[in-house]
Amino acid sequence: MKIIIDQDKCVASGQCVTAAVDVFDQRDEDGIVVLLNDNPPDDLAADVHQAAAVCPALAIVVED
Amino acid sequence: MSVLIVGASAAGLSTLEALRRKGYQDKVTVLGAEWHPPYDRPPLSKQYLAGTWDEQKTRLRPDAVLSSLDAEFVLGDEAVGLDVVRRTVHTASGRDLQADSIVIATGLKARTLQELEGVHVLRTLDDAAALRKDLLEASRLVVVGDGVLGAEIAATARKMGLTVTMAGPQSTPLESQLGRTIGGLLTELHKQEGVQLRLGTAVTGLTENDGRVSDVELDNGDVLPADVVVVALGAAPVTDWLAGSGLTLDNGVVCDSRCQAGQGIYAVGDVARWHHEGLDSLLRLENRTNATEQAACVAANIVGDVQAYTPVPYFWTDQFDTKIQVHGLPSADAEVTVIEGSVEERRFVALYRRADRVVGVLGWNMPKQTRLRRQQHLVAAA
Repeated sequence: MKIIIDQDKCVASGQCVTAAVDVFDQRDEDGIVVLLNDNPPDDLAADVHQAAAVCPALAIVVED
Repeated sequence: MSVLIVGASAAGLSTLEALRRKGYQDKVTVLGAEWHPPYDRPPLSKQYLAGTWDEQKTRLRPDAVLSSLDAEFVLGDEAVGLDVVRRTVHTASGRDLQADSIVIATGLKARTLQELEGVHVLRTLDDAAALRKDLLEASRLVVVGDGVLGAEIAATARKMGLTVTMAGPQSTPLESQLGRTIGGLLTELHKQEGVQLRLGTAVTGLTENDGRVSDVELDNGDVLPADVVVVALGAAPVTDWLAGSGLTLDNGVVCDSRCQAGQGIYAVGDVARWHHEGLDSLLRLENRTNATEQAACVAANIVGDVQAYTPVPYFWTDQFDTKIQVHGLPSADAEVTVIEGSVEERRFVALYRRADRVVGVLGWNMPKQTRLRRQQHLVAAA
């Protein structure tokens, strides 16, 4: 699994962090997404897909 | 089994994606009134209008991803009627589309004042393209409306170098949603950035010159000269095509707590007014995150994973360099308390309380901290 984030598209909603806290975080200063792990273990796959699905800016792409 | 989704914007596309994620493998058809492949609306008043994003970047998904969803997209054809018993949608071009489940995702139509050259609304990509084209040749813009969309357009146009006036009946921008404390800060923000505010006064009409708008008239007798006018006075749910169908239509498609409007018929997104069990009342939300979250619930109900839809509402708005995040349901009459950061530094989190209950959490340039406070005050508390 490979995760690609687009910080330019990110609107700082933090929905991805709520969905997968071990994989995503937000910058303290402006809330923009930070990727903690761009190739997380398979047991997090469902959470990561959920994060990509709920992102209101479609700023997360997951390649299986 | 088959599903027909009427509407090819965020809510409709999200329903399709959620169905596929849940393993639904049968036929799905998506009917869209516009010719454009599904695109996102929040950037239209900001990055797209400003010209920093092109049309391609507003697309919800690239073509390859759309193809992989294995759905039939019928675009450029509008739904004009619904036969509830036969679960068939009639379209403007004469198609009859039948399915076992129908999802209504027809969204909103912008209200306008009158059809005149130079007068715009902003709802669709075509609207945004036409407005941008006009703004590039204009010097004076009047925004009629003091809500989220009006304030965002005013900010974008100001950054494009236009002389901008925002006019509306409220005493501050977004007053009815966020109250006067936060509204007052928005007033200051817009003034600092050079937007002229004519608030607390209703717009009574437009003046034309040779078929093109020339002025905006206010109820106090003032006249605002304008090259371009944007009408941002809200939008109405697109339900006219459902008249006579037997579905309950009242400020949207009225649904039960599972977003079901009738046997095998669901509504999702801006058009859906459903029973929120947590609030024990009907609620209709016009925001981007609701489109996705409600779509997930509708898809679950279609595949038999029956569930009620009880979200914590959320919207954001970006105006100039200020990012505002709003969780829950704040209101103008709620008590506002800053709990983190400082108003002076224009970086804070505030709680909205009614009857000693936290009903909303608002962040001003503090998105991460606002999300954490949301968890603490709106999710954990519930």
